[in-house]
Parts: sequence; C-alpha cells; structure tokens
Amino acid sequence: MEFERPDFSLAAAEIFVAVMALVVMVTGTFLRRISRELGYALAQITVIGAAFITVFSVNEPTVRYTFGTMYVSDWLGQVLKLFIYLSVFASLLYGRLYLIERRLEKAEYYVLMLLSMLGAMILVSANNLLVLYLGLEMMTLALYALVAFDRDNGLRSEAAIKYFVLGAISSGLLLYGMSMIYGATGSLDLGTVAQAVYLGAGDEMVLKFGVAFLVAGIAFKFGVVPFHMWVPDVYHGAATPVTLLIASAPKLAGVALALRLLVGGFFGLAETWQPMLMLLAVASIVLGNLAAIVQNNIKRMLAYSGISHMGFVLLGLLAGVTDGSHQLAFNAYSSALFYAVSYALMSLASFGMVLLLARTGFEAEHIDDFKGLNRRSPWFAAMMLFVMFSMAGIPFFLGFFAKFAVLEAVVAAGHTWLAVLAVIMSVIGAYYYLRVVKVMYFDEPTDRTVLIASSETRVLLSANALTLAVAGLMPQGLMSICAYAILTSF
Amino acid sequence: MLTLSHFLVFGAVLFAISVVGIFLNRKNLIVLLMAIELMLLAVNTNFVAFSHYLGDIHGQIFVFFILTVAAAESAIGLAILVVLFRNRRTIHVDDLDQLKG
Repeated sequence: MEFERPDFSLAAAEIFVAVMALVVMVTGTFLRRISRELGYALAQITVIGAAFITVFSVNEPTVRYTFGTMYVSDWLGQVLKLFIYLSVFASLLYGRLYLIERRLEKAEYYVLMLLSMLGAMILVSANNLLVLYLGLEMMTLALYALVAFDRDNGLRSEAAIKYFVLGAISSGLLLYGMSMIYGATGSLDLGTVAQAVYLGAGDEMVLKFGVAFLVAGIAFKFGVVPFHMWVPDVYHGAATPVTLLIASAPKLAGVALALRLLVGGFFGLAETWQPMLMLLAVASIVLGNLAAIVQNNIKRMLAYSGISHMGFVLLGLLAGVTDGSHQLAFNAYSSALFYAVSYALMSLASFGMVLLLARTGFEAEHIDDFKGLNRRSPWFAAMMLFVMFSMAGIPFFLGFFAKFAVLEAVVAAGHTWLAVLAVIMSVIGAYYYLRVVKVMYFDEPTDRTVLIASSETRVLLSANALTLAVAGLMPQGLMSICAYAILTSF
Repeated sequence: MLTLSHFLVFGAVLFAISVVGIFLNRKNLIVLLMAIELMLLAVNTNFVAFSHYLGDIHGQIFVFFILTVAAAESAIGLAILVVLFRNRRTIHVDDLDQLKG
C-alpha cells in the first residue's frame, strides 16, 4: 500500500488553533507578568485568524477529504465552525471583566478555551468514528477543566464532577454503539458505514442495537430528557462565561455529531432512529418548558429553556424520512441546523446579559436581579427584551422563524400532533420569558448600580441582540446558508 | 472453542456491571470513576474481539486511542475530585446537593 501525502491545507484552521493554544500555554508560563493581557489578546487573535482561514477555504463548494477519508472539509463543517468561533469570541469578550474581577484571568483559562474550540472543530469535520470520538473527548475534557477552573468555589467543583461523570457515561454509551457498528459493518469510515447500511450488509440486529446506543450518547451531549440531569446543575454551577460557552459551542458541535452520525452514516436506518428522537423531543419540550417556569435562578431557567430548544432541534432531525420517502429530508435537516444556529445566537446574548449585570461579588444569577433594568439602562433592557422575545418565538424575531421552519418540516412529515404539542408548550414557555420582561419594565429596581462594561462588550452585545431582531425581519440569508450547507454536504 | 459471541457477552456483562455500579453507588465517587473505567474496558473488549474476527486492524487501533483518552479522563476526573474534596471535605455522592432548584 502506497502512502498518500495528506492535504494539510484543508485542516489549516485546526493546525493553526493547535499551534496557537501551545503558544498561549508557553507564553503564559514564561511571561507571567504580562501573560494576562497577552493570553487574552492571543486567544482572540487565534479565533479571528481561524475564522479568516475558514472563510477563505470556503471558495470550493464541493466536499473534499483529507487524511485518507478521515477528515472532511465541507460547507456544513465550515458554517458550524464559524458559529463556534463566534461563540468562543463572545465568551472571551463578554466574560473578560468577570474573570478579571474574580482573579480568574490566567493563561490556562485561554488554553483550555482554545483546546475545547479545537475539539469542537475536529468533531464537526470528522468523517470517521475514531476522529469523531477524539474531537468529542478533546472538547469535553477541556470543558470539564473549565467548569472546575474557579477551584476555591464549592459550587463550581460540584458542577464539574457532575458534568464529568455524566459526560464520561455518555462517551461510554457512544463508544459502545460505535463498537457495535464497527462489528456490523467492519469499518470506522462513515462513508463505508453508510454504504454498508444502505446495502443491508451486516447483522441488522447488531446495527440497530448500536444505533440505539449512539442515540443515547448523542442525547446526553444534547442534554435532552431523560439524559438532561446534568444541564441545570452545570449551567448553574459553572462560572457564567463558561456557561455561555457550554450553552453554545458544544450544542453546535452536538448538531454536527448528530448530522454526521445519524444522517451521514445511518440515513438508511432513519426509520429506526426517528421514533427514538421523537420520544426524546416530546419529553424535552414538555419537561423543559414546565420545569423552567418554577426557576428563580436565571441560569437554571435558561438551562431548562435550552433543554426545550434542543428538543426543537430534534424535531427537525426526526422529520426527514416518512414512509421510505426522502423528499422532505433536505428541508427537515436544514431547519434543524437553522434552529441550532439561531439558538446559539440567542444563548450567547442571554448569558451575555447576565454577565453584563454581574460585578465584583455579585453574580446577577437571579431573575430578581433584573428588576427595574429599564430604569438603570433602557438600552440594555430593550436588548434583553429582544433576546427574551426571540427565545419565546414571538413573531418577527429570529426565534420565531427557527420554530416556524422546524414546525413546517414536522407538519410536512405528517406529525401534526407533534407540531400542535410543540406550539402549546411554546406558549406555556413564553410565560417565563415574559416574566423576565415584566420584571425589567414594571418592577422597581432593588439596586441602582450603574452597569460597568467595556465598550467592545457593549457593542458586541448590542449587535448580538439586534441581530436577533434584524435577522428576524429577513431570515432568508441565514436560512439559505444553512440550506446550502445541508445540500452540499449530504 | 471461543467464538465471537462469547467475547460480546463478556463485553456486555462488563458494560452492565459498570452501568449498575454507576447508578446504584451512592457512597463514593472513586467507585464511580472505577465504574466509568470499566465501561471503557468493556468497549475495548468489543473492539478487540470484532477486530480479530473481522480480520481488520482498525478496531485495535481504536483501542489504543480509547486507552489514551481514558488515561486523560481519569487524570481530569481525579483532579476535579481533589478540588471537590478540598472545598467540601467529602466525596460522598449523596452530599453533592448544593446545586438544586
């Protein structure tokens, strides 16, 4: 067998991020005195540089493979990567003041941040079960450490150990599924697996068994019911900049995981995994929305709302195949991708607002801390209003179009009852979003401290929230990017 | 004569033991980490068995990576455990109840 030299240029962004993570680590060790500012600057330069590399490699719309067929460069990967960069960029920027105030601003923090971004990048570009697993582990291992980073805080360590244990179980489930699939198809390559599944090769029983484990593993990573136990505790316990990251980048990577494995690898078995996803989706939309109502901690509330949002993403994924017909698949999967991207934008803005209100010794974690925000800062109260309206799915915000696209796909697939249930639960869910709005506009402020934030944070946070309103007026742009990504990648 | 299904049943038993260990154990977090390790070993058994009977080397390569990742995972898990013990003076699973709502 002849050795074929891999095309490293397709993985240029990953290589760049890996090198830069090491640079940040080395400078953090040897230049302790200036490492704080330097670490932050280098991390942001890395994210922006990676974004440039990814944007400039988009020119070729076709799917290209490198490292054998282990690694794929396609639109799906590139679109998701750009949003992952945005999440990390926003987490670094929104969280900077928070970290400085709590003396957490160390080079190691940025190294872990970059490594978890690198893991997510590898995951979204993987075309092989092994690479998929390694990317996933790289992302989550760095996240466990990030959650525990504030090491003198008992809440952080408790959240970290819960995240670690449940994350490790989910990787175990996923791996067990992968071993079954390897046994049934004799290959780790997703293309070969898809072909074997399509041709009906391999023991069908073993394959279905493996797919069930894969779905359980994916559900853990998504944080959907009944695999959601870690989500509220981790969101609550982690430092807010880390929560912001966990609520955005890994969700996007999770969507890539689901699309690459289930759609890319097991499209032939769609009618096996769709009912499983339906069960998960219904449970998460119902439980997520109901449990969010009783929360007083805004991070927990957003965690339960995130569970229901991920249920909506699953609704898009399960609407692809009906009665053996694949005609609806394209619309369904692009609606799921569109929903995930919109959710990432919304969760960035919502946790950004929590960070904006936090200051030294004060976390702004309670919904009551938003009381009278309109008196303190009418502009940011309006921004929070946009975020909450968009999350609730009120018409002509981004969240509305995301929900609309998913529900359209579900109805087209003939699951009208599912769409009706989702709409009813969204209406119930609107209660807790509107409660935040009510508290901001109609309650007297309990503290009147002036909001402190750097001008970059103010600009990016405003732009982030305004995007939810503006993109809601013309969602076609984002929607067609998602549709094109699905069209060219599968 | 040992057949593939012997190994698969062995792997499944190991996996089941580890899952039971995780969900029934309410006492010690270290036992939980051991159960997680056992889960990965069950997967390794599966991969090696499949690899041997399929005559394909990729499964065994996967096992090397799983072992490496398992080592990294225990390193991080134990580090978090030490931090937790310093803050709480306990590693009982039942005592992890400060986060609720």
